[in-house]
Parts: sequence; C-alpha cells; structure tokens
Amino acid sequence: MSYEKSTGDTTSGPSKGCAGCDCGGGGAKPRTPDARRGFMFLLGTGLLGIGGILAAIPIVGYIIGPARSRYRNAWVELGELGQYPAGETRFATFLNPIRQPTDGDSAKTACWVRCVKSGEFQVFAINCAHLGCPVRWFAQSKLFMCPCHGGVYYQDGSRAAGPPPRGLFEYKWKVEGGKLHIDAGRLPGLEESA
Amino acid sequence: MSSGTIAKIVSVMKQPVQWIEERTGVIAFSAPLLFHHVPRSAKWWYVFGSATLMFFMIQIVTGVCLGTMYAPSAAEAWESLRYIDEDVPMGWMLRALHGWSSNAMVVMMVIHMLQVFMHGSFKYPRELNWITGVLLLLTVLGLAFTGQVMRWDQDAYWGLGIGAAIADRIPIFGDQARALMLGGPIIAGATLNRFYALHVFILPGAAIALVGVHLALIMKNGISEMPKPGAIVVPSTYRKEFEERMDKDGVRFFPDAAQRDMVFCGVCLIAIVLLAACYGPFGPGGMPDPTLINTNPRPDYPFMWIFGAVSLLPPASETAIMLVAPVVGILILVAVPFMSNSGERTPSRRPGMMLLAGFVVMAIAALTWEGVTSPWSPVMNAWSALPTPAQFVQGRTPLQMQGAVIFQFVQCRNCHELDGMGGQRGPALDEIATRMTADQMTRQVQQGGGNMPAYGKNLNSAQMSALIAFLGTLRPSNVSDATIPGAQLPLPISSVGVEVDSSSGLVNAATDGALTR
Repeated sequence: MSYEKSTGDTTSGPSKGCAGCDCGGGGAKPRTPDARRGFMFLLGTGLLGIGGILAAIPIVGYIIGPARSRYRNAWVELGELGQYPAGETRFATFLNPIRQPTDGDSAKTACWVRCVKSGEFQVFAINCAHLGCPVRWFAQSKLFMCPCHGGVYYQDGSRAAGPPPRGLFEYKWKVEGGKLHIDAGRLPGLEESA
Repeated sequence: MSSGTIAKIVSVMKQPVQWIEERTGVIAFSAPLLFHHVPRSAKWWYVFGSATLMFFMIQIVTGVCLGTMYAPSAAEAWESLRYIDEDVPMGWMLRALHGWSSNAMVVMMVIHMLQVFMHGSFKYPRELNWITGVLLLLTVLGLAFTGQVMRWDQDAYWGLGIGAAIADRIPIFGDQARALMLGGPIIAGATLNRFYALHVFILPGAAIALVGVHLALIMKNGISEMPKPGAIVVPSTYRKEFEERMDKDGVRFFPDAAQRDMVFCGVCLIAIVLLAACYGPFGPGGMPDPTLINTNPRPDYPFMWIFGAVSLLPPASETAIMLVAPVVGILILVAVPFMSNSGERTPSRRPGMMLLAGFVVMAIAALTWEGVTSPWSPVMNAWSALPTPAQFVQGRTPLQMQGAVIFQFVQCRNCHELDGMGGQRGPALDEIATRMTADQMTRQVQQGGGNMPAYGKNLNSAQMSALIAFLGTLRPSNVSDATIPGAQLPLPISSVGVEVDSSSGLVNAATDGALTR
C-alpha cells in the first residue's frame, strides 16, 4: 500500500486497515507512525469534506437557481386601442419582459385580445389550460380550439369542452395613453392568472 | 546511439505485443472479455443487446460530429441545423444517421428487454443486470426526449410546454419544479441549454457508466441459457451448477457466439445507413417562434403512447395519474426480479408474466396508434379546407343548403366527419337523422354537452333553423328518420324520398317550435 512508504518502515507486517482504529485506544501510547497515519486520515477526510461542501454550495445553487428566483412580471404595451375593435378578438404578440440575450425568437409571446366593449378588455394567454398548446380563435363560431387534445373555450375564455381543468389564463390589463398594456412575463400556470 | 540501445529497440520491436502486455496487462484484461464461455444455446435471441450497444456507439460518434457544428443557443440552434442540413458536406447524412440510429437503439433496447423478460433471464443471480438495464432504459429515453428538444423547432417548443404544464401540476412545488426544468419562468434560451447539458454531458455520461456496469455484471454472472421447462433456478445451487455447465459445455463468446451478433449488427447497421440515406434527417420542423401558432405539436415516436395516454385520461383524475403513473411504472420495472427471482424460466410455465408482458406491449401499441391518429384533436382547417360531399347537397332545398354552409362555417366539420372527412372528436354525422330527432339535435347544438361546446349564443334562430334542416337530411334514403318512441306524431324532417313541399314545411315548423321555447 502506498501510504506505508511514508512510515519508512516496510517491515511492519500486514497493514492495519483503517489506521484510525489505533489512535483512539491507547492514550498513553507514544506517537507512533500508525497514530500519525490515523490523524492524517481524519484530517484528509475532514478537509475534503469541508472543501466538497464549499464547492457544492455554488454548484447546487447555480443549478437550482431558477427554482429559487422570483421572476417578476412587467407591464408590456400591446399597441393602440384602435387595433382592437369592440366585440372582436384579435391576435397580439409582444416580447417577453423576462428574457435573456440568447432567447432569440423564443422570447416572443402571443396572446388573444378580446375587446368586450369600448374600454373593456380580456387578454388571454395563448396556452391551453390543459397542457399548454397554443389555442386558436375561430371568429365564426366564437370559440377557441386547441390542436393537441381538443380543449375548446368560449369567447370569454371559459371552458366549453374537452380536457382543460379551467378556462383560459387571463393577463391583467390597463389602458394608458391610449394604449393597451398587460402584466406579462411568467408562463401561465394553474395556480395563477397569467 | 550505442549499439546496445539499437539492439534493445530491435528486441522490443520484435515483441511489441509482449512489450505492451507487460506494461498494460491489456491481454490479461481483455482475454476473458472475448473468450469467456457462454451457453451453447445462446443463439439468435441473444443478439439484441449487442445491437443496442452498437447503435449507442454510432450515437456517440455522430453526436460528437454534430456537436462540432450545432449551435446550442435558442437564437441560433434552428438556423444551425438548417445550415448542417443544407450547406455542411455530409451534414444532412450525419443528422439522418443520428436520428435513425436513435430510433433503432430504442427499438433494439425494447426487444432486448422483452427477450430478457420472456426468458426469465432476470432471475437469480442477474437481478442487478435487470435493474441496471431499467436505468439504461430510462437514460436512453431521456436521451431521446432531450434529443427532440435539440431540434428546437415547434414540436420541441410545444413539447416542452406540455412537460412544463405537467411539472406545474406537482402539488406545492409545481412552480419550482417547472422553473427548474425550464431554467427560468419561460421556455427560452436557458431551457435549450439545460437540455443540451443533459443531452451531451449528463445522460451520455450516465449511459456510458451504466453500460460499463451492465457489461461487468454480464462478465460476473454469465449469459443465461435458453430456458428449458423444468430447469428451475435454485439460488443456493445455481451459480455453481451454471459455472460447471459453462466449463463443460459452453462455447467461447468470441468468435463462437459473437458471430451471430456480428451478422445481426451488420444487417442492422446497413439497414439504418440505407434508411438514413434514403429518408434523410428528422426535422427540424417549423421555426421555434411561439407566435407562429398554426402548429400541430406532436412528440417523437418513443413518446407517442404517452401523448395518447395523456389525451385519453379522464380529466378528473388526470393530474394524479400523470404524476403517479410514471413513478409506479418505474417501481414495477425495478421490482420485476424481486417479485420472482427463482423457479421456472420457460415462458409456457409463466403464463401470468407472459400475459402481463403481452398486455403492456399491446397497451403501448394501441396508445401509440391513438397518439398517431389522435382522433380527439379537432382538424383545425377542416371547416375551410374540406368540400361538402356532393351527395349531401344534391337535390336539397336552399334552406338545407344554407344549413350545409353554416355547418361548415361555424367549424362543425372540425370535430365531425362527413363521408369520412373531418374531425373525429365528435361522432360522424352522415346518418345523424336516423339517431336524433330535430328537437334532440337542436338541444344538442344549443346546449352542447358530451365534449361539445354550446352553440346557443353563437347562432341566431335563422341560422339554427337552416343548420337543423341540413342535419335532418343526413340519413340514407332507405332508412327512416329517428322518432321518439311513443310520440303521437313523429316529425319527418328529411326531404329525401319525401314530397319536398310538405317535408320542408314541417322542418320549419319543427325547428321554429324548438327555438321559441
């Protein structure tokens, strides 16, 4: 065994396995090579353990960072009110306010804007409440349909048919300076509005 | 250079094998790997594991090659794939090989697993062979899913959306689980890079390590013999007797047994290269721009059965099933060798196990078929793209033809077939008038129900009259209209084979009556 070399004594017979066994027993013993070996082993274990934990903290923190961060939505402008005639539902897109430099097209987001009557809106997330596929608006039947599993919603976003457990997700909206704004960012999930 | 040195070099050159062997022990190490004894009975059933391993090696080589050109960035990944396909010499072929070989690897792995299950080869002492195999199955399926994400097209984007929606349903930690999976609050740059790290570092590393353990266990425990009825596994004596049989009657793995693996792997490899050359690479599909919503996301074949299952689950229990079923499924797979690790290995003596395997295979095949055809999905462009078959409009009144127009215009056709064309979400309506009266149809259209939205608010009474008049014509001419049993005056609503004047008059009377309730 390689560590035996450090004792300078290769004739001491079979090695004792865990050297730590020797050091605890006889307090009165002089400091033999075996005892030093036990101390070194403990020291090595301790130092590696501490170093490992110190290295693991940033690694684990880096990987689970996204789960710990609080991503804040922001108000996004969807354009002039004139684009959204009363009684109609229109397609709108915006750049997600929570985005990173490498996102490319995937930072683009789509939504459906329904102008209930002048000055009153409903803004629906594009994602079906079932499993997130993009729903499409059919103006003739005033229905949203999902291409994945056949979820159907009425024009007010309420569930009409199919597997969705709830209606479409809605964004908070406000009108400022003649323009429609929505509170957007996070991917809509079951526990939140949008 | 002294003459002594030259002589030394010459002597070394004379015996390079010994020179290397003395310094590495490579022959002592690998001789048992090649020449260990395997059962004489291990023939063509035993080739599928080798084929899986061969395709894994192809995946590593082609994957590393693709890694020299692929840009793992959400902004550029799709473009870089187009570039590899169209501008890089042999780029399309490398992508085709990687894609076809990945499917072949999954297929070979599943056949290998079924063979081991059928022949009871997981029994003592090979329980851990099976469990490392299950871990390999999960790793390879993980590679297949993350590989689909690497294409970074619309299927990848919305497939991740489905994954995110499932993660979101985890109680309490749903939000965190989803963020951990996506690398942020949305499907975007960080998501692709997470899956890239999984696909090229973590999962291949795990697979290589697991293959190593899997093979080491084969060396330790030997290849199991073909099962013989009555040759039961007794853990206390099995290993000794098996090793005696191998010493006495076994054949060398190389080349006696391996020649079959070589033939089979060669055929498979040629087939996959030809398929790749003829059919080319998979995708990428549409650009990963989430504002392009005219998309019809579908997963790759290894996951089609999950897509089918998710669609067919009853909504009330689907969250529980989606979250619990994978865990239970994996636990059952791991538990297989512990449920029975001794006794008979012959399929005919283990009818229950064979029934179970047959059931699982058929269930997955049926769900895959359902996923491919996905009859639950509305055909999104049926209303605008499909013609109304001539037999449903010939000889009809203007009112009925107006109804045919409305039928198409308000997207009924997206979910209902006429003459075999249209959606399959709802029933085909070719003969609806033989099953429902005008009143029943009016009620169904107005109020919906049974997976149909209510059209009451979206159709005015004139449109409704016309629609019901059209639906009333949908029956074969030799079958009478639906009637309500016991009703005094069944209302004929079809004009086919009836005097046009009186019947269409009755249609209006019937539907108007229904609408003015």
